[in-house]
Amino acid sequence: MGFFLEVLIGGLMTGMLYSLVALGFVLIFKASGVFNFAQGAMVLFAALAMARFSEWIPGWLGVDNLMVANILAFIIAAFLMFVVAWLIERLVLRHLVNQEGATLLMATLGIAYFIDGLGQTVFGSDIYKIDVGMPKEPVMVLQGVFEGGLLINKEDFIAALVAAMLVAALALFFQKTATGRALRAVADDHQAAQSIGIPLNRIWVIVWCVAGVVALVAGIIWGSKMGVQFSLVTVALRALPVVILGGLTSVPGAIIGGLIIGVGEKVSEVYLGPLVGGGIEIWFAYMLALVFLLFRPQGLFGEKIIDRV
Amino acid sequence: MNMRKYALAASLAAIGLSFTLTAPVHAQAKGKQAQEQFFPVLVYRTGAYAPNGAPWANGFVDYIKLVNATGGINGVKATFEECETGYATDRSVECYERLKNKGGGATAFQSLSTGATFALTEKAPVDKIPLITAGYGRSESANGAVFTWNFPLLGTYWVGADVLIQHLAKKEGGFDKLKGKKIALVYHDSPYGKEPIPLLQERARMHGFELSLLPVAHPGVEQKSTWLQIRQNRPDYVLLWGWGVMNSTSLKEAQATGYPREKMYGIWWAGAEPDVKDVGEGAKGYSALTLQHGAEPNAKVVKDILAQVHAKGQGTGPKDEVGSVLYMRGLISAMLGVEGVKRAQERYGKGKTMTGEQTRWGLENLDLDQKKLDGLGFAGVMRPVQTSCLDHMGSSWVRVHTWDGSKWNFSSDWYQADDKVIRPMVMLTSARYAEEKKITPRTPEQCKQ
Repeated sequence: MGFFLEVLIGGLMTGMLYSLVALGFVLIFKASGVFNFAQGAMVLFAALAMARFSEWIPGWLGVDNLMVANILAFIIAAFLMFVVAWLIERLVLRHLVNQEGATLLMATLGIAYFIDGLGQTVFGSDIYKIDVGMPKEPVMVLQGVFEGGLLINKEDFIAALVAAMLVAALALFFQKTATGRALRAVADDHQAAQSIGIPLNRIWVIVWCVAGVVALVAGIIWGSKMGVQFSLVTVALRALPVVILGGLTSVPGAIIGGLIIGVGEKVSEVYLGPLVGGGIEIWFAYMLALVFLLFRPQGLFGEKIIDRV
Repeated sequence: MNMRKYALAASLAAIGLSFTLTAPVHAQAKGKQAQEQFFPVLVYRTGAYAPNGAPWANGFVDYIKLVNATGGINGVKATFEECETGYATDRSVECYERLKNKGGGATAFQSLSTGATFALTEKAPVDKIPLITAGYGRSESANGAVFTWNFPLLGTYWVGADVLIQHLAKKEGGFDKLKGKKIALVYHDSPYGKEPIPLLQERARMHGFELSLLPVAHPGVEQKSTWLQIRQNRPDYVLLWGWGVMNSTSLKEAQATGYPREKMYGIWWAGAEPDVKDVGEGAKGYSALTLQHGAEPNAKVVKDILAQVHAKGQGTGPKDEVGSVLYMRGLISAMLGVEGVKRAQERYGKGKTMTGEQTRWGLENLDLDQKKLDGLGFAGVMRPVQTSCLDHMGSSWVRVHTWDGSKWNFSSDWYQADDKVIRPMVMLTSARYAEEKKITPRTPEQCKQ
């Protein structure tokens, strides 16, 4: 029982981190109807910027304090993500207003490859470190209840808490602020939103900026966990089943979807994996999402699309 | 009008004269061009495996530059061209096809990928180009009687797996002490990661230890479930057969689940600086095999490269990387190719460009004794290598090094793979391959020809 709980808790914490990346997909889709394939590349770019600036700043400014270096690096990286967002809107999206969804998807695919290459060219392709003081050693709890206790990964626990806080803040932003409502209006119908005076271009810049900050937080958390290098883009692939399952337009869907996928892949790998030779968690996550789609094609919390014929 | 005619005639005469005067120069240049030896370099400087692929490529290319800076291969200029594979088999094959006929024909290919080696093994005999796979590739290709064009020089994965078990037995106080022990293999779920399994299964059968196999999907960034299983099963040792980010992720997960790093042993592709530097203190106590060499900042060849390549602004990568583990691996790989050419020149003519077929003979008759190695600047870096028609591996010397939190230190004496265990497996598997591909293995008599 103790081990099962460990697997469950591990899955929930990993799921929370998937939710954070999935949130980037949801934000942009909600606001612009674009499935942003570049989200993984944005996570890598943001993490590379954070890692490299925190490494360079002490040398540039003679700052010896890690926290100061990290804060400055965060500000510069966030600014860089704003610039990226502005450029994407200015150079790509502005020219594709009211185009087919597939066109927009392909555009983001191009953006993904460009950002991948640009990030590695500017910041390098080695493994870089983000040290934000996350604890690496595990902690054992409930030793009196379970033999050997329950192992909790402190780093994952803190990361999951940060992710949960960010998700909650974004949910509030969407529901309670005027900008959030404008974003939702744009998501519902570009032309209708424009007709009532919502500035489409400004809204797109805002949402890409917010997605950029989400990518930066995700990049810091994942980068701190596994080092900053190209494989970070694959984290976005792990978040794809989450958005399929949770629904592309729902922030709560990203959270619940993340938790289900996180638990599903860990439980399947640990308990079913040994029966079939192991290494099943990646495709199992997609399979789980597809099974859900059989019953709810719009995802768990996605909006049901009804077309009148 | 006359002036125009004169001007035209003068121009034509000048052009004609310039052709006459420059013709020998062009011919000379062409002659020089003929004295070039082309080395294709399959690299991965981008993508998930770039942190490990780039230092290898830098070492490889820097060595070729050093060879040219010191007079070439008996006067023959070594040329090279890189092709980016991203560690993908399809792109490796594409690079092979693109480069095989360049520069007068490729000398030898080194793909730095076991998956690509499997794909290229059938192409090499057709194109008559040797495949050098120093420390990777197909283990059974050590049998040169069947795998005429493959050269898994210095060691195969069966050598690595065998030495790891020898090392664990030594730690435990003998092979008999392995009985009942639990050993887990955490491996990259690819041809590379699967390669040691037959040898480990054979050793498990011989000594009675329990072997559990834990595959990790490419690229290896998500291993939580793997390490939860390790926490549940509590193996006595974990063998790590990873590449790229998978290695550092394994070490971080081991730390996060409290598995002692002192009980973890990696193959030589899981024992370099990119695997541990990001983990730092968290990887302290972790050991890995070395393909003879470790990090060798004090080797003469390293000092030569710094002085004759980097000091002249011709270094390929960052200067502080020179002498690191994977840089040395690339450098040694290039050296083996160059020495194959030199050996071939002894038979087919010094100062001449060698074909792939002639280079194959050179690689098959490699005789790098300690004196030669010392002369090349490899004193203390590696031990002698002698290949033959039937033995395409040449040597199987391995050491263990351990990470102390900031650098690798050798922590064992030299080991050699047990031929009594490996040879029968090599012969059996290569015989199966020969039968499947309708290859008639060469006899020792045929080898002498």
